[in-house]
Amino acid sequence: MSGAWFVFTRLARDRSALLGLALIAGLMTAALLAPVLATHPDDVFELHPAQRLKPPDRTHWLGTDRMGSDVYSRLLFGARITILIGVIAVGASLVIGVPIGLVAGYHHGWFSDLLMRVGDIFLAVPQVVLAIAIAQTLGPSLPNVILALSATYWPWFARVVYAETRALQKEVFVESTVALGASPWRLTALHVLPNIASPIIVRASIGMGFTVLTAAALGFLGLGPPPPTPEWGRTIAESREFLPAAWWYAAAPGVAIFLTVMGFNLLGDGLRDVLDPRIRRRLASDG
Amino acid sequence: MRLVALLLYRLAWFVPTLLGLLAVTFVISRVIPSDPVALVAGETATPAQVAALRHQLGFDRPLPVQFIDYVGRLARGDLGTSLYTTRPIVEDLAHRVPATIELTLVAMVVSVIVGVPLGVLSAVWRNSFLDHALRVLTVSGLAIASFWLGIMLQLLFAMRLGWTPLNGRLSGFPPHGVTGLYVVDAALARDWATLGTALLHLALPAATLAFPALATLVRFTRAGVLDVIQSNFVLYERAMGLPRALIIWKYVLRSALTSTVTQIGLLFGILLAGAVVTEAVFDWPGIGTYAVNSIIRSDYNAVMGFTVWAGAIFIVVNLLVDVAHTVVDPRERIA
Repeated sequence: MSGAWFVFTRLARDRSALLGLALIAGLMTAALLAPVLATHPDDVFELHPAQRLKPPDRTHWLGTDRMGSDVYSRLLFGARITILIGVIAVGASLVIGVPIGLVAGYHHGWFSDLLMRVGDIFLAVPQVVLAIAIAQTLGPSLPNVILALSATYWPWFARVVYAETRALQKEVFVESTVALGASPWRLTALHVLPNIASPIIVRASIGMGFTVLTAAALGFLGLGPPPPTPEWGRTIAESREFLPAAWWYAAAPGVAIFLTVMGFNLLGDGLRDVLDPRIRRRLASDG
Repeated sequence: MRLVALLLYRLAWFVPTLLGLLAVTFVISRVIPSDPVALVAGETATPAQVAALRHQLGFDRPLPVQFIDYVGRLARGDLGTSLYTTRPIVEDLAHRVPATIELTLVAMVVSVIVGVPLGVLSAVWRNSFLDHALRVLTVSGLAIASFWLGIMLQLLFAMRLGWTPLNGRLSGFPPHGVTGLYVVDAALARDWATLGTALLHLALPAATLAFPALATLVRFTRAGVLDVIQSNFVLYERAMGLPRALIIWKYVLRSALTSTVTQIGLLFGILLAGAVVTEAVFDWPGIGTYAVNSIIRSDYNAVMGFTVWAGAIFIVVNLLVDVAHTVVDPRERIA
């Protein structure tokens, strides 16, 4: 608890990290309280053809879309999908990547090399390219987007955990734990893992931003959850034929994506500064 | 001799990585789908047609045999046939490569020419107004969805102001040329009018594509210069009374850029991934648009062909960057 408090007070001193935290808090609030905050909560599914493409006014804060639905309300419900995709995809990548990184980092031998090489293949190709192939094969749906993103993101965690585990093996405390007769299982779970938590947390935050961007690109390409899901990327794709007149329709979801990704990136950078003392020292000398 | 050994080592990893990529695409295309043949045959095919196609494609054989066959065909440059254009996918891609190369090259050049000096200035005048403004720019560049940036640029510059064309690569006939890069061909043919339109068509997509790469470059250059500027050799040069501009722009920059070279691979990844969506937004007739159109048409073969092709190109570029880095920076040879 005191550790979390320490991190939080340090973060609070860093203006950009605080901004990131505020943006994410805003996103979470939007997602959790979407039915309350939305001015037209039924507009995710309801159509109002008479209200088509109205510019922003007092009843429709961000205007209406091609179906006459409230853009603002759909945006809030879209935040739920964004968070759902991000949290599950990054979570699954953690669950796959961290154990692989630990095992490959702890054992030395051909099996470890093989595990890391398999990861390298995924890292050798831009994520969106492989995700497109997977999502296209499985068909456009929410679970498939999440699957495509998890399948392509786990090597980042494996990489980080592998490198940190290898570095820790030279530490005296690991050596003494081994000397005390601790099993490999006990050593990794109780001694190695807590010591490499910081880089994992940082990578998870940056990964959230990255995943949200890739998910939006998949949605834009028509590989995301099908309509009438208010997914942000798909909404931007839908809005294109009504430009330049209905500018609000295209602008709103893009700004939402931008703020979300920026929030996770700023928080990730801030966490790295706080959690990694080596970089902190460099920043201090940087003036 | 060490250098040769190292290059051979790097090359030795190239083949397994490429085979690994093929294994991944093989799994995606043949193992994950419940019936890959039905995917290839399309939704309107009858069960008899699917069965015939299954035998014709060899999908009724054991998976390992299929994989060897798959690798063999790819090694001969056969990516399969597009279901939509009914032409070999390799031909479709080759036809569209120049457009993508032109766009990517221009974006890369723009991001280097603009990004490196900005990164240096940002480091030299750290915590100045410029540094803070550039930090906002780099943070934005990494957070913005490039397809949305492209659409907003279209909205402003093409639709509202009418300064640039909305999309496409050229409005008239393409210049007669050899390279397939319209800008180069037009310049070689001294066709200045065509060169002008080609450049105007390039402006928005290149800016869209360059922005995230630019942000990355500013960030890396800044960090690199800050690292170097504190080293002893810079202190020595200062003590020797060398002009500050000479120290910064010649010695510091050269040293800082050695580490930036490794980032070219990363930069290329950003550009390649960005090209897919950017081309789709601007109807740029390159491989990205081809991939996106294939997705829309459920042209499953073409999507897989694109994946293999893009992955292979990416691995080759990274190999070249590795080799270049080893040659440029002698310190790399020790590792």
